[in-house]
Amino acid sequence: MKPFEYVRVKDARQAAQALGTERDQAKILAGGTDLLGEMKDYLVTPARLVNIKTIPNLDKIEHDDKKGLKLGALVTLSRLAEDKNVRERYTALAQAIDLSAMPQIRNAATIGGNLCQRPRCWYYRDEHTICLKKGGSKCYAVEGENQYHAILGGGPCYIVHPSDPAPALVALGARVVITDGTKTREVPLEQFFILPAQNVRRENILAQNEIITHVLVPAPAPGTRSVYLKEREKDSYDWALASAAVVVTPNAGSVGAARVVLGGVAPVPWRVAEAEKALVGQPLNPATLARAAEAALAGATPLEKNGYKVPLAQAVVRRALSLTMA
Amino acid sequence: MPKTKKVKSTITENGETREVEIEVPDVEVSWGKREDRKNVGSRMTRVDGADKVTGRAKYTYDIDLPGMLWGRILRSPHAKARITAIDLEPAKRMPGVKAAMTLKEAGATVRFAGDEVAAIAAVSPEVAEDAVRAIRVTYEPLPFVVKEDAARAPDAPRVLGNDRPNVEPGRARSEGDVNKAFAEAAAVVEAEYRAQARLHACLETHGHVVARQEDGGIKVWASTQAVHGTADEFAAIAGIPKDKVEVVCQHMGGGFGAKFGPGAEGRAAYELAKLAGAPVKLMLQRREESEAAGNAPSAIMKVKIAGAKDGTITGIEASGYGTGGIGGAGVPFPYIYKTGSQKVTQETVRTNIGPSNSMRAPGHPQASFLMESAVDELAYKLGLDPLELRMKNDPSALRQAEYKIGAERIGWKQHWNPTPGKGQGAKVRGVGVASATWGGGGGGGTQVDVKISRDGGVWVGVGTQDLGTGVRTFIAAIVADEFGLPREAVRPEVGSSKLGNSGGSGGSTTTPSVAPGVKMAAIQAKFDFLQALAKATNEPPDKVELLPGGVVTNGTKQLSWKEACKRLPVAGVSSRGTWVPELQQSGVGGVQFAHAEVDMETGRVRVLKIVCVQDCGIPMNKLTLESQMNGGMIQGLGFALTEDRIVDAQTGRLVNWNLDEYKLPGPWEMPVFEPIVYEYPEAKGVSGVAEPVVIPTASAIANAVYNACGARVRSLPLIPKHVLEAMGRVPGRESA
Repeated sequence: MKPFEYVRVKDARQAAQALGTERDQAKILAGGTDLLGEMKDYLVTPARLVNIKTIPNLDKIEHDDKKGLKLGALVTLSRLAEDKNVRERYTALAQAIDLSAMPQIRNAATIGGNLCQRPRCWYYRDEHTICLKKGGSKCYAVEGENQYHAILGGGPCYIVHPSDPAPALVALGARVVITDGTKTREVPLEQFFILPAQNVRRENILAQNEIITHVLVPAPAPGTRSVYLKEREKDSYDWALASAAVVVTPNAGSVGAARVVLGGVAPVPWRVAEAEKALVGQPLNPATLARAAEAALAGATPLEKNGYKVPLAQAVVRRALSLTMA
Repeated sequence: MPKTKKVKSTITENGETREVEIEVPDVEVSWGKREDRKNVGSRMTRVDGADKVTGRAKYTYDIDLPGMLWGRILRSPHAKARITAIDLEPAKRMPGVKAAMTLKEAGATVRFAGDEVAAIAAVSPEVAEDAVRAIRVTYEPLPFVVKEDAARAPDAPRVLGNDRPNVEPGRARSEGDVNKAFAEAAAVVEAEYRAQARLHACLETHGHVVARQEDGGIKVWASTQAVHGTADEFAAIAGIPKDKVEVVCQHMGGGFGAKFGPGAEGRAAYELAKLAGAPVKLMLQRREESEAAGNAPSAIMKVKIAGAKDGTITGIEASGYGTGGIGGAGVPFPYIYKTGSQKVTQETVRTNIGPSNSMRAPGHPQASFLMESAVDELAYKLGLDPLELRMKNDPSALRQAEYKIGAERIGWKQHWNPTPGKGQGAKVRGVGVASATWGGGGGGGTQVDVKISRDGGVWVGVGTQDLGTGVRTFIAAIVADEFGLPREAVRPEVGSSKLGNSGGSGGSTTTPSVAPGVKMAAIQAKFDFLQALAKATNEPPDKVELLPGGVVTNGTKQLSWKEACKRLPVAGVSSRGTWVPELQQSGVGGVQFAHAEVDMETGRVRVLKIVCVQDCGIPMNKLTLESQMNGGMIQGLGFALTEDRIVDAQTGRLVNWNLDEYKLPGPWEMPVFEPIVYEYPEAKGVSGVAEPVVIPTASAIANAVYNACGARVRSLPLIPKHVLEAMGRVPGRESA
């Protein structure tokens, strides 16, 4: 293993300095659940690890009835899912965490790191396969073993975003606070993620010297229900074949506002405005659910082996929506 | 002089097994009546259970010797390539590197990604890892093929070399006139079925610790299913007599058929230890384990099966192929049922993938899926109950009885879905059944030693190994029963080639090979003990008696076990027993039933319950037997639901070598398991059943899936992709 320098930092400014500007020469270490695996698999060989867990006060869960939820980036997934207020008011987020990884990983993984994790694509994860994402000239999924790859938003690379909390947070309208210690910016989480078409080497807009400090989730409107549902090949630790985060605010017997975000089917949490339009103003009956599900997958362009994800994701959307009425 | 008699047995010396006549005490050689056996056949917790749960049990992985070095192997990243140069120097120059060697020379061809190229021994695993990566190898990549369908094409790259075709004929059978059977049949089913390749996924990877001894011998700690066989091989590798080699395996982290000898990694560990002049530990990393340490071959078969109106199978025609990488493939076919006429051809297809290895009932789970799916389809097409059709065509009396028990326990009548694919809501349920066949007899040659010491200790030693089946526990039980002692009074020792000969733990042979030898040793030891005691107490031998509870009556005098043992000569009593065929038997059946639920919208299969009814002759330990049955069902469940070894055609590389993508079933996938041991009065001997209990699980689940959802999923595993495709729910892929 390439020797690396290990640095503990006390604040974002120190973090920015330690991270420098040369991409991937230094990597942020928080929970380490993805980074250490990447290093052991020789996917990244950083010269420096910057431990940000030593930055104080980034491990807080703060509630405000009006402003909503303010999550420090270092809050672990297990703590977040155990939070009573999160479970009650931001249900989709708690459900997404329950369905993530396994308890041991959730105990170590942080919410900030979860949003920044690298894809699980098995071509990307193989040291000896130099795909587009690693500076190669080819996405091997296009003609290869693409059963778990993207059916929406793909090209030229067909990864799916691996996070379960991310679709839930996008559906809940979350924003992320990003800083390089000098300039701080607040970005809708939806815009934090980027498609391969924008930059095939990256999955988000975080600059080399930036860290996420907080995730802000607005307080849901009264009566709002949120649900996260995930389908996988097995329940004991598996990635999503397709998942859906839905947030529905009722209004006089029909849908007042809705957010529909898919996971496991696109390189980013995939918000589908068409599905949301199909819901707003309609009663949540089977016909509406079917139309929304149909609309959610209308743009799907499956590869050779992942066509099954279309009916699967439609079922997930229908069920998630119907669970908001439960 | 008390009476003795001669019985037939086999012994193994220097790797050769021959038939012999042995002299044994003239007593009845049998397991006796159930009610007379206190320990044997009861439910016993493992004698080494506490060692395992507390971590005291030492696995090969746990061995740590003074001055020990860490070995690592450099493997080819290419599926096929010619090595043009290997330069070990950069690795040798690294501090902490104590030995470096090539495993292939420049000019050699690597034939799969993961093929061994060179090896290193260094002072730490980290240095060893860095060192193998410092070795400079230049490859000339060559065309390769990893998919069995592509490898069959006439112009496919040659896997094993230009003079060897990729396709070789395998097992073939022909009997009767199949065309006549098809012409006269009431129904004919014709379809192609695909059983995927799998990994053994042993949690303890392959590996050894090799230490050269001062006397010129070697001691090897091995994660192995065969301490004696491995010792033979190491003796040959080292060019020394076997008595200078000791192979030790106290506990196993899983073998499943893939660990019968040193392998390339064991040879490398030995050579590195010799080169470095220090002990070397070389355990494979997970990727190497998945790429190079064995796999179960795929099996793809076109099956045409004919049936008469009453459900009699009248003919079967099948042509199949499968790949075991650069190793072999093939299945026993037709399977289980009488088929009337038959015409079967098979091909082994070579691909540039690591070699297959035997895996728990080699070929049988695959054969079962191919056969049981076709038989099931035939039953539905004839409008018959698939269970009845099986009973009509199954020649085994054991299974006939087992079908009835299993049907009752699964609730075949209640849960049978008369309208597959229809049910309340999206989730539909159904039941399925499938069957197993196996030998289960033992192999001769097992030699067991018993020593009784003056402190009352009873030691039993045999050079078998505990693959996980609980060998020590039944050894202690057999001897305790013979002497009327508590089980705790007997100390069993296994897992060393310094102990008496016994075969490898393969083919479900361990228990039927070991238990008869232990019984004979116990009989002999009891005989010898009484002789010695008679002599020591100056009593006639026929006045010395061993009664239950370990009390010795000597004429009118009573001695406790301990007091009696004190009177033995200084050396105590040493006895040896040898395997006899009468105490084991061959020819087991076994049936399994599954109750499963299919989500019609997502294609997700959940198994609710599996019933396994299995005969095994005379059971030794019902608790570990049930545990073994559960283990078989779990492994079968993985074959059914999630496991699939996937190699990419473009890179020639195994994409799901890691256990997050090679999907073993976990706790949430577990259904209710009901292991039922079928005992019958005619049983005289013990049989091993490690293998039959894994065979029918996947087939029973696949058949339950059809009964639930009405779609025949002809490709395993039963993942949403395959189920939705079979349902015709995936545009462009109407059938899997």
